[in-house]
Amino acid sequence: MTSILSNSFTLGPDERGHFGPYGGRFVAETLMPLVLSVEKAFDEAQADPVFQAELTRYLTHFVGRPSPLYFAERLTADCGGAKIYFKREDLNHTGAHKVNNCIGQILLAKRMGKTRIIAETGAGQHGVATATVCALFGLPCIVYMGATDIARQQPNVFRMKLLGAEVRPVTSGAATLKDAMNEAMRDWVANVTDTYYLIGTVAGPHPYPKMVRDFQKIIGEEAKVQMQAMEGRLPDSLYAAVGGGSNSIGLFYPFLDEPSVKIVGVEAAGRGIASGEHAAPLSHGRSGVLHGSRTYLMQSDDGQITEAYSISAGLDYPGVGPEHSWLKDAGRIEFVSVTDDEALDAFHRTTRHEGIIPALESSHAIAQALKVAGDLPRDHIMLVSLSGRGDKDVDTVAKAMGAEL
Amino acid sequence: MTNSLENNRLTRRFDALKAANRAALVVYVTASDPDAETSAALLAGLPGAGADIIELGMPFTDPMADGPAIQKAALRALASGACMDRTLDLVRDFRKTDAETPIVLMGYYNPIDSYGTARFAADAAQAGVDGVIVVDVPPEEADELQPILLSQGVAFICLATPTSDDARLEKILKYAGGFLYYVSILGITGTATAAADAVDVAVQRLKRHTNLPVAVGFGIKTPENAAAVARVADAAVVGSAVIDRLAAALDAKGRATPDLLPKVLAFVADLAKGVHMARNA
Repeated sequence: MTSILSNSFTLGPDERGHFGPYGGRFVAETLMPLVLSVEKAFDEAQADPVFQAELTRYLTHFVGRPSPLYFAERLTADCGGAKIYFKREDLNHTGAHKVNNCIGQILLAKRMGKTRIIAETGAGQHGVATATVCALFGLPCIVYMGATDIARQQPNVFRMKLLGAEVRPVTSGAATLKDAMNEAMRDWVANVTDTYYLIGTVAGPHPYPKMVRDFQKIIGEEAKVQMQAMEGRLPDSLYAAVGGGSNSIGLFYPFLDEPSVKIVGVEAAGRGIASGEHAAPLSHGRSGVLHGSRTYLMQSDDGQITEAYSISAGLDYPGVGPEHSWLKDAGRIEFVSVTDDEALDAFHRTTRHEGIIPALESSHAIAQALKVAGDLPRDHIMLVSLSGRGDKDVDTVAKAMGAEL
Repeated sequence: MTNSLENNRLTRRFDALKAANRAALVVYVTASDPDAETSAALLAGLPGAGADIIELGMPFTDPMADGPAIQKAALRALASGACMDRTLDLVRDFRKTDAETPIVLMGYYNPIDSYGTARFAADAAQAGVDGVIVVDVPPEEADELQPILLSQGVAFICLATPTSDDARLEKILKYAGGFLYYVSILGITGTATAAADAVDVAVQRLKRHTNLPVAVGFGIKTPENAAAVARVADAAVVGSAVIDRLAAALDAKGRATPDLLPKVLAFVADLAKGVHMARNA
């Protein structure tokens, strides 16, 4: 059924939103007309130079793009092998890659005449980015957040409130990100006429996985040009953390058809895969349908969704973008997983050696790079997505160290 | 495509009700809520209390279209060990004493996908299931499920909503079997109630597009609501309000009390009276 016929990895999804067997539009009938209208509006916006110019203007002057490409010299020396570069999405306004997508979608929501914005958030980074763009455009913003996450991410909750958003605690299920997404969908069904659902990752029904990817692919496009300027060639390998998968696909997508570039996605192994407490559906899950698309999921033998766990709240999701599932099966991306302890170690090493406090999400990608860099030749170039800054995580890290703040 | 729904219990039941000029009461309960034994006893009691069709929820961890009552029912069921095999066993047990009351399974796609669609269709048909409603399989994705169900004589029951315009209705009706389920509000189960005249207008419109019986659900809470729907539609579906009665008869630990069956069945009897008398008033 798929129309991805060529040997390119960049042509998906097909017109029905399928990446091979993954993706699609598995939503309630009430939402279908709305999902179709988002797709139509997005396609039109993509082809509209006025929309693109406005997007570029906000990305340049509000977000602060392009984000720098940075040679992590001391970490490189410490590992004694491959050259390690960071793509510094942590330097964006609001401190992570999330805002790239939020700016794009809020412009789309405005274009569609929607007057009310809803979003889900786990760690609060997407919630903060959404609240930020809603403040920028004067639109009311409701953020659904699991009660468990609210308790462990208080600074971000307060940030959203400062920005004028209403944070609605979700107590259903396990009260984390997947439940927040369920609740946002329930809101959307009840408010289809005026509400735009601003999804934070490459999940959800078509066109969201494609749309969010297209708003995030600027990460890889910039990095490609920057690497050319600094090293005169492509990197040899890419590393990015994979939760829902938006920073990773953003970095990877422009390199998918460069066969010399090895691409590695890093999932959260939490307390260790054997413990069952992890967030690694691609490495240890199987195909299923949740939140509007077919993709790899963490689930029981009976098809019940199981709870994900990671020290990093942003990776704590039992699903993943459908395009990742397809690229895994196609063998184009290698997926590995990194434990809480390995991520924490990378967090400390990056902080001490580079003077950069990385987000715990990004620390997973760095951990994998540090693990292998020493065994690679000195002319091997690694490019790591430093997707966000770690200021939001200092409480969590202090707790892990047994330190009092 | 072969029309293998001629002998389906849903077809027979709606034909009989049409001849008697009365609407059907469709009662929703979640399988294994709060436990398998209580659930079996409740199912066995529903036809006697006046339910014409039983809608049996397949518990799922992430019921995106459901309000708090049915969400909690699913969690109670899962905590008691609910799974697809047990849900089908409940249907098999029910069929030992009732060969005629149609049973429709309702739920979300992942547990079906996980069980295997072909195996699900075959086992559901063998157990005595007559139709299946899968909330998150719209016509756009129905090719991977509807033909497999139909080949086993199980109806793929589609939802129409206030957002389904004429073009979408045509698309929906290409797949719809058994009856057409009209979701009368924009929202999730057990929340708002649609205005009676809005339901009337909507049902008239659906009837212009299809000869399938039209059932109306979401937000029907009282015998009066149900009666109002029964005057214009072929069936009224009541779910959350029934679950509320069940939940009120649980003890502090969420276990069934001796009050549960009589209280729930008494409420179903009230609903049935409303639905069955609606066109005589």
